[in-house]
Amino acid sequence: ERKMIREEIESREDEKMIDAAQMNNPEPEECFNVNYLRIYYGGKSNLFPYSDIHKWLSYGHDGKHPGCDEYYFGRREFSFTLENDVYLRYKSFKNASSMEDAIKSNFPYKIDIGAVYSVDPDKRHAYSQTGTNVFTPVERELVFDIDITDYDDVRYCCSGADVCSKCWPLITVAIKVIHTSLTEDFGFKHILWVFSGRRGVHCWVCDPKARRMTNEQRSAVAEYFRVYKGNENNARKVALMGYSLHPFLARSYVDYLKGFFEGELQATQSIFSTKDKYEKILAMISDEDIQSELRGKWENSARSSLSEEAISLVRWEQLKNTLQSKKHKAPTLRMCVEEIVFTFTYPRIDLEVSKQMNHLLKAPFCVHPKTGRVCVPIDPNNCDEFDPLAVPTLSQLIEEINSGGSRMDVDDDEDSDTSLLAKSIKFFRSSFLEPLLKSCKEEIESSYKTKIGKSKDSFSW
Amino acid sequence: MEVIRSQKRTASNDVVSNPKIPLYLTAPPLEVRLEEFELFAIDRLRVLKGVSDGLARGKNPKEMDDVVDALWKEHMRHSDASEMLNKDIISHFVIRLVYCRSDELKKWFLSMETALFRHRFRLRNFEAQRAIVGEFGLPYKAVTGAELESLKERLGQVVRSLGQISPSVVNDICCVSVCFFSFLSFAVEAVYYKVPFEEVPDLVAGRRVLIQKGHAFVAGSQLVSLVVTQFRSHISKALILTNRKWMTTIREREKDRLTPIVEALSTTYVGPDYSQSSEYADISLKDIDQVSKSSFPLCMRHLFEKLREDHHLKHGGRMQLGLFLKGVGLKLDDALAFWRAEFSKKVGSERFDKEYAYGIRHNYGKEGKRTDYTPYACQKIISSAPGAGDHHGCPYRHFSEDNLRAALGRMGLSSRGMEDVMDKVRNKHFQLACTLTFEAVYGTSCDVGINHPNQYFEESQKILKSKTPAAPV
Repeated sequence: ERKMIREEIESREDEKMIDAAQMNNPEPEECFNVNYLRIYYGGKSNLFPYSDIHKWLSYGHDGKHPGCDEYYFGRREFSFTLENDVYLRYKSFKNASSMEDAIKSNFPYKIDIGAVYSVDPDKRHAYSQTGTNVFTPVERELVFDIDITDYDDVRYCCSGADVCSKCWPLITVAIKVIHTSLTEDFGFKHILWVFSGRRGVHCWVCDPKARRMTNEQRSAVAEYFRVYKGNENNARKVALMGYSLHPFLARSYVDYLKGFFEGELQATQSIFSTKDKYEKILAMISDEDIQSELRGKWENSARSSLSEEAISLVRWEQLKNTLQSKKHKAPTLRMCVEEIVFTFTYPRIDLEVSKQMNHLLKAPFCVHPKTGRVCVPIDPNNCDEFDPLAVPTLSQLIEEINSGGSRMDVDDDEDSDTSLLAKSIKFFRSSFLEPLLKSCKEEIESSYKTKIGKSKDSFSW
Repeated sequence: MEVIRSQKRTASNDVVSNPKIPLYLTAPPLEVRLEEFELFAIDRLRVLKGVSDGLARGKNPKEMDDVVDALWKEHMRHSDASEMLNKDIISHFVIRLVYCRSDELKKWFLSMETALFRHRFRLRNFEAQRAIVGEFGLPYKAVTGAELESLKERLGQVVRSLGQISPSVVNDICCVSVCFFSFLSFAVEAVYYKVPFEEVPDLVAGRRVLIQKGHAFVAGSQLVSLVVTQFRSHISKALILTNRKWMTTIREREKDRLTPIVEALSTTYVGPDYSQSSEYADISLKDIDQVSKSSFPLCMRHLFEKLREDHHLKHGGRMQLGLFLKGVGLKLDDALAFWRAEFSKKVGSERFDKEYAYGIRHNYGKEGKRTDYTPYACQKIISSAPGAGDHHGCPYRHFSEDNLRAALGRMGLSSRGMEDVMDKVRNKHFQLACTLTFEAVYGTSCDVGINHPNQYFEESQKILKSKTPAAPV
């Protein structure tokens, strides 16, 4: 039986992508396989955590309290992408079991989560577009999408869909910067970071306040996070004006970016070591004389016994010293050093994903069709440990089942971490779901009490 | 407003010594003559149109303050302060009635009234501003004592991060003076309000405030953001209610009296949206390359060239160029053929049909909620945010100087013409820069100013056709 599956894998090619980068992706055994997908979502294996996802998206409205809105879950939009790129939007489910049934009868390649609407997405056509019962989003997590391909102009190890241990740290730094800001600046408490399955991460901010934000407010937060304004049409893609950094940027710089730039980044990317590389940086200095001065120093020191990393560090010091002494020449030089650090290290989020409530985003614990990897949660307080290339793949999980190696029912009392996915699910529950549900239930209870209190008053005379 | 009668108006009892800015929270029990109903509205429309023009020309906030001041004095002033206040209130409510009737009108009204409010607010002194904040009934307190102390350093950082001394001034002052000057002008303000960050989205977006644990610390001088958000939210809700009332009762009841006036007023001042093709905008596929070189504004030319070069454009580019082409008269079938021809060179025709055709049909109102989307105006394009791999946006704003000069050179500008354009760019007058480009390319003047890419196209076609009426241009 194993042989048969293997043959199927080898004969199933991904004909749909003409994109050249895809052609270079090896290891057909690790790729996606529709039969494995059926095992993942289906029957006895219980790999996909249906009830956890349902509990999360119910936000405490489990019907056990009179203040619960039993229709809340049913108003959430899901979308399925099926095997032949068939795309089904506006799917909604009354409860966990109808969601499970739908997934088990469709085996979607991708599941997206949308907003909670004013009415069941399934029944939206029954409501007119004017008047009081309009079909419109009413709640949606504040979400962020960080994709390594947006950093292509500053990473030299990979490009396009590839990611490796040298460039992944850019994502790690992005998580740290954004997470710190979400908690310290915006005061959010219930934040889920998820691996996107191939080359980036998604962030779900689930506080009630966050879910009720308007598009304008989401846009404001996204813009607050935006620093990089670049494309191939401009050379200076980060322009830090003013006489100091905003406290958010200053903290990010001091706590994360500066150290990363001067340490790990030099080691993995050696951004000054060749002429092509350092010319790109010189182009960010808006003074021709300074450019020439540095160019002169570097062109002539080509022969050196130092490593690429050491050369880069030396040149960085030279650049800093030169700019320090000359920064009063023009306002655009004032924070040139910081601009360079920000260009290479500061998070680049996809603004469009965050700005609108109706934007769909892939569900956690999906399997990525190109890599076979599960979209597992990432611990923001330990994100240095996360390795995208060590995330369990679909075939590994199936292998594990076949060899009968572990219990598939993840029990919180179980001490044995033998199941590959168990650790992720445990983390999801203990770090995210439980605190979230506790706080949701408190909120449901207190707003219920307020409502009761109010109506009691209206009867008193 | 229930109160329209053809009788003499009773004088208001308000004793108003300073020109007060009403919040238009409720329709006041005033009476107004039928003639004044229309005249007041027209005067206010002149003000709102002036605001719209000023914004379209990319005027900065200080310039807009002056524009609003002048417009108000010209059209809305009255020797009797209470008469002036009445006209203010009445005209607002009349126009609200006129402009509540479609999404497009509502959006315009909301934007312009909010901008008008913003600049009138900015023109008041601090005490008057605080009074207005009070009128909104906002529960936000000033930060004092130990809390203020603990924030002072970071508040100072915020102020300095926004500090703007113009480059020319810096060159004239030596280093020591700059530091001293900095110290003087970047002091932390005396009063800060602690408000939820959601209340001041524009300050958050611009990183103009310190934010901590969900609270934004808004300086006295930034109060305008706070009230403008409130104002806009209130007017937005009011428009929906007014529309409902209009549809259910007023329109029918007033069909012999006010309704004709209301309907006439709405067509007066909204600019063309280029959603319908005119005689100057009707191109077909075979003309498109030629027409792109002869009549496209720089933003669209750039997108078009990149599309031909890369056989691909990212979403922002597809929207900006796609809707422009629709406005220029490209029919849906031709559009599909055009994009398909390009994209299939990169991703294959199958993938085009699966992933991109839907979007094009969506733009033409054939999918989804079937809105017939209108091409983007300059204001929208200028305020977009092209990122890595994008080519949309406004080249006058988003290109580096070198790239812009090269592009203008390819359009045939002389070095003298280019300098004029670059001068406008440096002063952030992007639409004026585009207008100057237009004037240089076609050797004519454009008094109105460019505020829409399709306008550029149509004006260009007009000129070219008048020169060689027979040949396709």
